[in-house]
Amino acid sequence: MKRALYLLPVAIFAAMALLFVKGLTMDPKAIPSVLIDRPVPEMALPPLPGRGEDTGLATRDLKGRVSLVNIYGSWCIACVQEHPYLMEYSKSGIVPIHGIDWRDDPVQGAAWLKKHGDPYDRVGVDPAPGRAAVDFGVTGAPESFIVDKNGIIRYKHIGPISPEVWNKTLLPIIRELQK
Amino acid sequence: MKWILGVLMMALATSAFAVNPDEMLKDPAQEHRARELGKDLRCLVCQNQSIDDSDADLAKDLRVIVRERIMAGDSDDQVRKFVVDRYGDYVLLTPPFKGTTLVLWVGPFVLFAGALAVVFGFYRRRRAGDAAAPVTPLSAEEKRRLEKLLKEQGQ
Repeated sequence: MKRALYLLPVAIFAAMALLFVKGLTMDPKAIPSVLIDRPVPEMALPPLPGRGEDTGLATRDLKGRVSLVNIYGSWCIACVQEHPYLMEYSKSGIVPIHGIDWRDDPVQGAAWLKKHGDPYDRVGVDPAPGRAAVDFGVTGAPESFIVDKNGIIRYKHIGPISPEVWNKTLLPIIRELQK
Repeated sequence: MKWILGVLMMALATSAFAVNPDEMLKDPAQEHRARELGKDLRCLVCQNQSIDDSDADLAKDLRVIVRERIMAGDSDDQVRKFVVDRYGDYVLLTPPFKGTTLVLWVGPFVLFAGALAVVFGFYRRRRAGDAAAPVTPLSAEEKRRLEKLLKEQGQ
């Protein structure tokens, strides 16, 4: 019994070491969103120039169908990386993808879509200080939210969407919500 | 002479402020509140800086929005709640005292109390051990060896 007591500090050290090693492997940028299972924030964002009259993004546009809301900007480098995949998924017609052109000059935001392709159903412009993005708890671009039929945010993905993220994480959630 | 200038420059150097003049509120009292609030709000991009310190765009946006809330008449707690509602407790540089942060706040004191208990226990046991240990008299054999040793010393 006494000998076991001497081992206690070693045991405590081992437990803490395990905890810290686990901490080292976690991504400090992946902050859990507090908006999951909460309704989409109230917004009525104007459309991009040249994209048509009623193509802005408002809260009511996110009700009735499962949708994906993607935060992008013409200044955003990682957005270029995910963009071809967004084009592909948009063409597949599985889910409407809406964009929020965050902290951007709308003219440049529109030009960027001309250059790289436009996968979006609706695009809302959210210039600095990005009130809509802050309401969404956005920490950087790109970021994507899955919104269910009732306009409730169900999932948040931080960083570019890759085929792996799409097939393993986003698509199953979208399919489940579409049932 | 140069070194005097150098020392003067070092003495007068202050940390650079990230808050830009165009962001500041006209009312100094409100601006002071915004600064104090900003010091305790984490910049989500450069995570160990406050929004008051950070040059990141998102930090600037949050500074502007904090000032908007203040102008709209929010109390400090309401402003803090506004940001926490969007970014979670993580955004507070001083974590709140609640169930999930209990270990964080109370842990060090519990550990310290535990360590104190161990130290006191150790000394008390040692003292009790000194007093209570029965003194066994030397056996005949031991007495004989002791005398022999003492005699050898005496020579």
